[in-house]
Amino acid sequence: MKSFIKKAIVSVATAGLVALSTLSAAVEKPLKIGFVYVGPVSDAGWTFGHDEGRLEMLEKLGNNVETTYVESVSEGADAERVIRKLAQQGHDLIFTTSFGYMNPTLKVAKQFPDVKFQHATGYKRGKNVGTYSARFYEGRYLTGVIAGHMTESNVIGYVGSFPIPEVVQGINAFTLGLRSVNPDATVKVVWINSWYDPAKEREAAESLIAQGADIINQHTDSPAPVQAAQDKGVYAFGYDTDMSSFGPDAHLTGSMVHWGGFYSDTAKAVLEKQWKAEDVWGGFAAGMVEMAPYNKAIPEDVVAQVEALKQQIADGTFAIFEGPIKAQDASIKVSEGTKLNDGDILSMNWYVEGVEGTLPN
Amino acid sequence: MDIELLTNILFAMVRTGTPLLLVALGELVCEKSGVLNLGQEGMMLMGAVVGFIAALTTGNLMLGVMMGIMAGMAMACLFGVLAIQLRANQVATGLALTIFGAGLSAYIGTDYVGQGLSGFQPFIVPLLSDIPVLGKVLFSQDALVYLSFIICIVLWLFFKFSRPGLMIKAIGESPYSATAVGLPVIPARWIALLFGGAMAGMGGAYLSLAYTPLWAEGMTAGRGWIGLALVVFASWKVERVLLGAWLFGLASIMHLVLQGMGASISSNLLATLPYLATIVVLVLLSSNQSRSRMLAPMSLGKPYHPAG
Repeated sequence: MKSFIKKAIVSVATAGLVALSTLSAAVEKPLKIGFVYVGPVSDAGWTFGHDEGRLEMLEKLGNNVETTYVESVSEGADAERVIRKLAQQGHDLIFTTSFGYMNPTLKVAKQFPDVKFQHATGYKRGKNVGTYSARFYEGRYLTGVIAGHMTESNVIGYVGSFPIPEVVQGINAFTLGLRSVNPDATVKVVWINSWYDPAKEREAAESLIAQGADIINQHTDSPAPVQAAQDKGVYAFGYDTDMSSFGPDAHLTGSMVHWGGFYSDTAKAVLEKQWKAEDVWGGFAAGMVEMAPYNKAIPEDVVAQVEALKQQIADGTFAIFEGPIKAQDASIKVSEGTKLNDGDILSMNWYVEGVEGTLPN
Repeated sequence: MDIELLTNILFAMVRTGTPLLLVALGELVCEKSGVLNLGQEGMMLMGAVVGFIAALTTGNLMLGVMMGIMAGMAMACLFGVLAIQLRANQVATGLALTIFGAGLSAYIGTDYVGQGLSGFQPFIVPLLSDIPVLGKVLFSQDALVYLSFIICIVLWLFFKFSRPGLMIKAIGESPYSATAVGLPVIPARWIALLFGGAMAGMGGAYLSLAYTPLWAEGMTAGRGWIGLALVVFASWKVERVLLGAWLFGLASIMHLVLQGMGASISSNLLATLPYLATIVVLVLLSSNQSRSRMLAPMSLGKPYHPAG
């Protein structure tokens, strides 16, 4: 249905642009940057986060950059056309912000070797195509630590979207955090097979609450699970953005994305001719992941512990996926002293001990 | 399975079934008059977004529902002008209405994404809610759920006993014979169509004001289509629509419940059950000529030309 929806190409120029063009030629031409979004900028989730990043970059770099974005671009043939058009229009740097843009981005990039491309959440790169993604699981580990302190029933409900490594990483990181402070607690996962279906998300959350969960975590995009928790008087963690307005009492915190720093740094690198096609997978250290405001219900010492852990994760003194880690059947999956590398984490398809149920394949 | 869990599941079943019930009852009346409106999804979305905006800006939930109903009727009007007055192909017009409704609702709802609302709270019916299991399942719901029960009963009586009910059925069977005996085909079809729009709008408003009180693009997630399937599944009978809606509701939440309990059944497979059931009913209906003739309104989907 996306292709039917308005597909306005909106050019956004920085305030100083008009003034700039009338100034003398001594000022360098601004870097033209294009963004391709999968949803509308108002989606209060994924695309909204990217657009916030774009705006932050504009604020930081001012007259040095000029941006264009195209929203609600469906993944597939449409995407290739939009990306090519942006390249033809003389954009120097193009961010394609959804997994499904991977092949179109690479295809267009081959035809425009002078244009630099950055593709979000993909794994294929090229001479002029870099990739970037955020380590959401770092934030999820911290939500697990909080859950371990806050739960009374020792059952946590987790509303999952699709059983893919990105989501499984989150469940495992959460469970490790949870059981690091509360070894008796377990996690029940319900898959809804959708990124976005408020009614199903709510039903999943409620059925978990009915089965004893007193905290709900989610890896789906709508705030419906937080609403369900609020109505039932239990706690919840949001995702992507600050969802506290949907459950002021229930919302404990959540891991949020923050692309602004990365977008600014990348644009700067291009301006200074330092840019290289790399894979950036950033977490707290890169400022790509942040925690939503903490609920007042969380004791201060817990917040302090979480903040300290955040610091340790950021400076690399603490690794989340470091052995000994037991798999679901209590066998040792990661031996003591071993750290999982990024490849292992990116292909994670097993549950750690403490997660209930079988992982659908 | 303990009794409390069972109660919870049945409670969720009724709630999940309610938007399906509302939209399917509207479409049932519409189809009884011979008009096939595939625009349910679009009308629901408009009802959801307009209802949400109205409730959010005025703080009045009932007004939100009313506005949602009006939005659904406005969409139905559009369909009526094209398909009843101008006799456009009903299937194509209905599909266009769904696409239009999806786009328009996304457009006008843009500024309201990510806003929360305190939705309809349950209204516990005194005495009746004390009945074990059923009390919680049927009488601890919100006002719109009770309204759906009432509409069901009224519609059942309407088609069973009332003259206008028989009139609509007659028009749906053969508009030309109906004209011959002096029945007002066009006005009756308009009323049935507008009723359908109102119910779809209410179904949408139920989603955005009671079930998950928020607005999100495409939040009906195919419930309009399930409503359409439900009418066929129920073979155009009110009481079967009620049972079917709850059955479909149960099927759509059962995989969530079972997962939480640790059962390893493919959730994808369970989620397809309502559609499989509809196909089975369709096959049963169409494999038997006399039966299908008795159930589906004969003139369903066919434009009516008053002059000839």
